[in-house]
Amino acid sequence: MLAVLIAATLFLQQPIAPVTPEDSLLEARVSALASTLRCPICQGLSIEDSPAPLAKEMRAVVRDQLKAGRTPAEIKAYFVAKYSEFVLLQPEPRGFNLTVYILPVVLLLGGVVLVVRVARKWSRGASGVLAASEVEQEPEFR
Amino acid sequence: MNWKRAVFGAALAIPIVALLAYGLTQDPRLIKSPLPGQPAPPFALVSMDGGENVSLTALRGQIVVVNFWASWCLECRFEHAALSETATRYRDRGVRFFGMLYDDTPENARKWIETMGGQSYPTLLDPGLRTAIDFGLWGVPETFYIDHEGKVADKTIGPVSAEVLAGKIDRLLALRAGGT
Repeated sequence: MLAVLIAATLFLQQPIAPVTPEDSLLEARVSALASTLRCPICQGLSIEDSPAPLAKEMRAVVRDQLKAGRTPAEIKAYFVAKYSEFVLLQPEPRGFNLTVYILPVVLLLGGVVLVVRVARKWSRGASGVLAASEVEQEPEFR
Repeated sequence: MNWKRAVFGAALAIPIVALLAYGLTQDPRLIKSPLPGQPAPPFALVSMDGGENVSLTALRGQIVVVNFWASWCLECRFEHAALSETATRYRDRGVRFFGMLYDDTPENARKWIETMGGQSYPTLLDPGLRTAIDFGLWGVPETFYIDHEGKVADKTIGPVSAEVLAGKIDRLLALRAGGT
């Protein structure tokens, strides 16, 4: 038990390389960019979230390229040139990709229009029935 | 009123059905690589046995076949004989074959080659999978065909047969002979 405690104390006393603000900033940039890139061998995971070795090495490429001064757009372009646009988790809004952006809005608006029309129809039907029942009940009030 | 409903329903359903029908004609596993027609990503790597430093640039003028594989890859077993035999068959015609070890240890790879009865071409080590990423690798096995000008001419996803290999190499040899 004592030996374990001593070993743990010695381990904790090991000098740890200090994390500079620059390191933290770089890691945050790597993380942000890696979250937008698809892991090629996974099912819908980003290279940030995937534990696969290929994803890990792709993150290393992102880190190296950011360190070399490349912009996120240039790094994305590098991966697109290798893997096609499929490597982007969020496709660029152009060409056929626009369907992904426009169709949900169109369907949502269509749904709203449909609900409003049906609600109006029901409301008209209900008031019509009410009016008819009022007419029927009128003689009783007289 | 009914015909209006029918037109509205058709206007809504036809594009959706057309979109789904188009989707059925596509193979979701098949993603078109942007590499064919582009210059092959250059690499300078050491062979697994340490006996050869291979630079793709130095191989300009030759047809180069690069096959990414791993000992844990089941499908790699199905293509191994075809690759080895075709490499031997085309060796004297200016065609070089290279294996590219993917996410594996040299020890496991050597044992696997021994089990499979040998490999007639060198396998290169790819530290950090940088060459695999440069080639836009989606998995193993994948085979890339590089023409005499150093451009990626084509690629095969999955196990490749001797017929496919021969067909693609013959086409590249014809292109080289034609000087185009």
